[in-house]
Amino acid sequence: MLFRLYPSSGLPLYLQLMEQVKHAIETGALKAGDQLPTIRKVAEDLVMNPNTVVRAYRELQHEGVVELKHGSGAFVSESVAGRTRVIRKAQTVVQAALERLADLGLTEDEMRRVFDNEVAQLRAEKSAGRQE
Amino acid sequence: MSDPIIEARGLHKSFKAQTALNGLNLEVPAGSIFGFLGRNGAGKTTTIKLLIGLLKPDRGDARVFGLPCGDSSASVEIRSRVGFVTEDKELYPYMTVEQIIRFTRAFFPKWRPDLEQKYLKLFDLPPKRKIPDLSKGMRSKLMLLLGISHGAELLILDEPTDGLDPVAVEEMLRELVALSASGGTTIFFSSHQLEEVEQIADHVCIIDRGAAILAGPLDDLKVQYQRLRVVFGEELHTPVHWVDGADRVRQEGRTVEILASRNVEAILEQARSLPGASVERFPVSLKELFLEHVRSN
Repeated sequence: MLFRLYPSSGLPLYLQLMEQVKHAIETGALKAGDQLPTIRKVAEDLVMNPNTVVRAYRELQHEGVVELKHGSGAFVSESVAGRTRVIRKAQTVVQAALERLADLGLTEDEMRRVFDNEVAQLRAEKSAGRQE
Repeated sequence: MSDPIIEARGLHKSFKAQTALNGLNLEVPAGSIFGFLGRNGAGKTTTIKLLIGLLKPDRGDARVFGLPCGDSSASVEIRSRVGFVTEDKELYPYMTVEQIIRFTRAFFPKWRPDLEQKYLKLFDLPPKRKIPDLSKGMRSKLMLLLGISHGAELLILDEPTDGLDPVAVEEMLRELVALSASGGTTIFFSSHQLEEVEQIADHVCIIDRGAAILAGPLDDLKVQYQRLRVVFGEELHTPVHWVDGADRVRQEGRTVEILASRNVEAILEQARSLPGASVERFPVSLKELFLEHVRSN
């Protein structure tokens, strides 16, 4: 099975499943046009609630990552190909930044915390911008 | 949203001086896998017995399929449409596995012989063995087989994994998920095993001292609740008056831990505006939610 979830991590399972599908697309494990496993198969393989799988697939459709075809299942959208190229570019940017952080002597945990904090900062600025 | 398949309003039930239920409200959506959580003695089994008409409430109203549970003839209909497995594992002591299956089958017109055979093999139950000679786990499995083979649209399970080893628990959870995925069977199960509830439930209700203290779609609760850790540059001399939604605040030296149920973004903003503060946020597991709510109740 392609996906692995951590029910006790506190992260909502539908978000975890969405992240896993996106990750599979970014790494090329799933390609544009590929069919996602059926709701029932995901539910039984991962031993998770089928309604939660439905919710994840619906949200992915809402974000344009997958297309739901009535009666035949969920497919990776053709439009993700462009997104995959952007992600590849982002990977080289992050790699360069990580090399510089390593030169500064940061540990992996420190790098992760700095990154997470900056992402949180960006999110706070964005939401403050919306309120003005 | 369709009507709830189980609905209870202000249920009260006492046994002599002991209050078992103290105004319980419950709403179980059709098609859900619903985890009913609570400590031992919180009122889970009493609730289940009221739902299937084995007990009558002192006050309040409970309905299953819209039928009143307290009414004798309605509760007969409820029991014929519900597959239930209770904690009470006192089955007929003189019967063998085979005999109790035949006996139970006689009462239910929608009995599914295919499911009966499947689970008999899957659970590896010895047909000729007498019920008192079964292990605790085998008895649980037998009860579940009877509940499932019923062909019911609603399963009510009281601690279904009690006494099962980890492999059997996983098998059972997989079967419950498969039942939900294939026929939209609603599954209402009580448990104090938070991990298994967190794995398969999409809705939960935490009951404590006979009343619901937290209920809702599990993933929404996890989005709603966040734990924030604020570290200050220097020790605080006056307590911070946090924005509404910072439910529980614990302070140790320069570190403040907050469990937030609302206004998470506003609390984060407030924290960041304080001098020298750095802020981290963490997701909250069902276990943390459970402990926080039960301890402060």
